[in-house]
Amino acid sequence: MDNISNILTAEERAAFALRALYSEYGYTRYRMSKFEEYDLYANNKDFLISKNIITFTDTDGRLLALKPDVTLSIVKNSRPSADGITKMQYNESVYRVSDNTQGFVELMQVGLECLGAITDKEIAEVLRLASMSLDTINERNLLELSDLDIINGVIDAAGLGGEDAKQLLSILERKDIGDAEIFCRERRIEPQTASLFSSLLTVYGKPCDVIPRLGIFKINNRLTEAVDRFCRILATLNAEGRGDKICIDFSLVGNLKYYNGIAMRGFIDGIPKSILSGGQYDKLMKKMGRDEGAIGFAVYFDELEKNYGI
Amino acid sequence: MNDRLLNIALPKGRLGEKVYAMFERAGFECPSIKEGGRRLIFENPEKGVRYFWVKPSDVAIYVERGAADIGVAGKDIILEYRPDIYELLDLGVGKCHMAVAAKEDFTDNREKTLRVATKFSKIARDYYSRLGRDIDIIHLNGSIELAPILGLSDVIVDIVETGATLRENKLTVIEKFQPISARLIANKASFKFRAPMIECIRQALFAEVADKSE
Repeated sequence: MDNISNILTAEERAAFALRALYSEYGYTRYRMSKFEEYDLYANNKDFLISKNIITFTDTDGRLLALKPDVTLSIVKNSRPSADGITKMQYNESVYRVSDNTQGFVELMQVGLECLGAITDKEIAEVLRLASMSLDTINERNLLELSDLDIINGVIDAAGLGGEDAKQLLSILERKDIGDAEIFCRERRIEPQTASLFSSLLTVYGKPCDVIPRLGIFKINNRLTEAVDRFCRILATLNAEGRGDKICIDFSLVGNLKYYNGIAMRGFIDGIPKSILSGGQYDKLMKKMGRDEGAIGFAVYFDELEKNYGI
Repeated sequence: MNDRLLNIALPKGRLGEKVYAMFERAGFECPSIKEGGRRLIFENPEKGVRYFWVKPSDVAIYVERGAADIGVAGKDIILEYRPDIYELLDLGVGKCHMAVAAKEDFTDNREKTLRVATKFSKIARDYYSRLGRDIDIIHLNGSIELAPILGLSDVIVDIVETGATLRENKLTVIEKFQPISARLIANKASFKFRAPMIECIRQALFAEVADKSE
């Protein structure tokens, strides 16, 4: 066995370690078929990171796609288990268009999905596993967390929709305080709401610093519920000693059409881009006819390959 | 964890010198930068900073790719290349506008596709798509003002500071649609791991900007 482990690359060792970790927590292996019906992806194109899909016509005339995404396949093909929770892990290559080369590339992903009657307990477990996944790769890491229900709640409370909401999200993503002030001035946003926008931009950091500051968002029942839930989950992770490796940051906005609740992104010191991303996607489940919750994440090995050994 | 120097990419040229002076006044000086010569990298370990000069249009790439933790880039470059970075502060220098300009006798005929010459194809496309106007983009790399004079385009979309070059070439500004200035930008991952130092620089530069605008 020692001989085998000696010939593995660092990425391969990391992939096996992650697989062992997820198995330990009861995540069973999901194997995706190489080709799936194109319709599944075409109907949920906005969910895909890369909108371009490699397609071809099978011998029977069906239009098939070459694996653009694993989560959609799991949501479509998994069935709830007896206890109402389905836990799956995967190690798959997906085919997407690279932003840099504008051509298709093969990307290796290792990840997990937890679907069904999920509660705070399952959400905290997935976040813990995300943080532990980063530890497996490199001790110098941070798991960034945001809550899309809080962001959405603030946008709705301000009565913003369409282009305005889109613009505000772009300002949040860029942490652009100057543009936020101009945005509020031009749209005559009330000072109380403007201060909420400004808090979304400036409230960030470790759970112990951020939890006491989240009360500012409790301006209606919906937001109070979202803040309380976020705080409960953060407090659980903090109590497990993970607080120093967690950073709350509302500049992580995700795709609000499919995602809700907690969104996450993982960083390793010295790697310029996030190597892990995921979150809750109850809205996608609903769109696909399943009235259940879901949360998951994937570790992207392309950035790791480029930057490993740091 | 954060023991290495903070890499700062500054735009080569007059704007970069102005911006460095702001960093210096904010307490992040690096005396060797003023020695001249052909060196591109300058360090001050005492202050924990390493500066380097790069082509202004490349600053955002250095920052996005993590070769620089922070940098200073024009809003025009940020809007054109849309790098995945944080935009932490409007430094209030290098102020100008993105504008549409044309020959003095130009009148817009909406029945025809508008020919637009520009260095900033994405910005121009976005602007006209908001107006619902069909356009044909002619991407040029310099001397944009020539295009309408020689009949290559109907209008140009370009940066206008004082408007002197336009006037000298008998062109006129039709609309200024986007204020431009230099921005302090940060790599998203670097910001996570070096937030205290980057915040400290942002606050000090903010005080500088506020002082100036008073």
